[in-house]
Amino acid sequence: MLVDIKEEIQGLGKTVQEVKSNLTAWNRIQIARNPERPTALDYITIIFDEFIELHGDRMFKDDKAMVCGLAKIDNQNYTIIAEQKGRNTKENIERNFGMPNPESYRKGIRFMKQAEKFHRPIITFIDTKGAYPGIGAEERGQGEAIAKSMMEMANLKVPIIVIVIGEGSSGGALAIGVGDKVFMLENAIYAILSPEGYASILWKDSSKVKEAAEKMKLTAEDLYDFHIIDGIIKEPIGGAQYDKNFVAKEIKKVILKSTSELKQKNEDLLIAERYDKYRNIGVYK
Amino acid sequence: MIIDKFRKRNIKNTGNINKKVDIPIGKWVKCEKCQEILYKETLHENFSICPNCGNYFRLSSRRRIKQIVDEGTFSPFVLNIKTTNPLNIEGYIEKINNLQDKTGLEEAVLCGKAKIHGEEVVICAMDGNFLMGSMGSVVGEKITYSIEQAMALRLPLIIFAVSGGARMQEGMISLMQMAKTSAAIAKFNEAGLLFISVLTDPTYGGVTASFASLGDIILAEPNAMIGFAGPRVIKQTIQQELPEGFQTAEFLLEHGFIDKIVDRRNMRDMLYKLINFNK
Repeated sequence: MLVDIKEEIQGLGKTVQEVKSNLTAWNRIQIARNPERPTALDYITIIFDEFIELHGDRMFKDDKAMVCGLAKIDNQNYTIIAEQKGRNTKENIERNFGMPNPESYRKGIRFMKQAEKFHRPIITFIDTKGAYPGIGAEERGQGEAIAKSMMEMANLKVPIIVIVIGEGSSGGALAIGVGDKVFMLENAIYAILSPEGYASILWKDSSKVKEAAEKMKLTAEDLYDFHIIDGIIKEPIGGAQYDKNFVAKEIKKVILKSTSELKQKNEDLLIAERYDKYRNIGVYK
Repeated sequence: MIIDKFRKRNIKNTGNINKKVDIPIGKWVKCEKCQEILYKETLHENFSICPNCGNYFRLSSRRRIKQIVDEGTFSPFVLNIKTTNPLNIEGYIEKINNLQDKTGLEEAVLCGKAKIHGEEVVICAMDGNFLMGSMGSVVGEKITYSIEQAMALRLPLIIFAVSGGARMQEGMISLMQMAKTSAAIAKFNEAGLLFISVLTDPTYGGVTASFASLGDIILAEPNAMIGFAGPRVIKQTIQQELPEGFQTAEFLLEHGFIDKIVDRRNMRDMLYKLINFNK
């Protein structure tokens, strides 16, 4: 069921600002999960002048829930690591609905190390319901793969820019989320797990999903207030699917600005500041 | 006589004794596996392993540390930090307060400095009796602090994991503790020091997917359940029965994710040997 929020809003005669500020967390989740929402590859092809996808973790397989490769804006090279949902049913089956197996993270680690070797900044795109919970995933160390990915990212000598473009759920998202700058699209969500899972764990009642959504503090605004992200990237009213070119341009601005800022810092400072950024997250008295 | 009885009752009522007990109050306890009724003292003298069937009882963090370190050498780190309620989850702080009263613990992990056969170490033991050993801000901070202390003091680090994962009640802030602790381990590795991670029953979710999987050496107790996703979630997702022995320590050993399964009775000696190999 697709609700055309844009039309509904126009019918109501409200201003854009009024509507935006009235969106509930649950509204945003629905926008983030809209099957027409642009995926990582949709943005990548617009943002970068050139993109070459490269494959495989060199150990087991090429997991298509993650896309890695080389990209360029003007003379600046980048390494791309992106969680990739399918754009239709066939592609979704191929990409496991964007739910990575351990091979995805190991492919990501391979490209991180390569980026470090060739001094390329890294851009990661987060968009997943979570790491895949399957027998094979456990046999091949899903937990270890996620842990290793975060550990490697903490010590990389190149700038890392993280952008949450859709759903960022659980350790499967955070696995590629340790960076110097973390941004979210306005309607993206970033959470400890899905609100359905949250409601069923905390209240033993998965029907309390809307209540969970509001409680969880998973919107870009909430996480900006918690100092977990550094900035929010604008979307057109109703969501990114209405103008992916606009969103891609906004993402590009953020990438360029962050790149020039982070390139000023030497390796030691970069790593030290990244450490402090995560070291300081925690609320207690 | 009567006075004695009163005294006994008074002592019990203060809760000081009960606080430190990790299995039901009373002198007897039933083994869940073989249903045998066991005398508690006998059970504890046997490292909380059922003398009848070999089943491992879960250990509180205090008992764990007592089993591992030289008597009287454990000195806990004092951080003076308290759990708060960033998402305003109803009943969360009350739950924490109740657990603190019941267990005598501040939070779901006990950290400090101690000696193992005379070797100084930094040791952390998570506690499954405290919200399933889940990792929120305070647990994340205590573990990170311990990693940093081990670095500052140039000591080996030992962490006994038992956890349901990141703590739901603190939402994204809990999730980020995975990144925080993993980054601390990354730094610890640069310092060239030894980290031994010991996985005990059960270790899941955000703890498996962070520091617990990052040991130079990863040990586990026999039959411990260890994984990323919980068995129920996997079963629901794939709509299939799970293979026998799935996610046990033995399964992880077979698939190459842990170094060794160690009998609880030999854990202390094994840790000592490993520390000495890596000096």
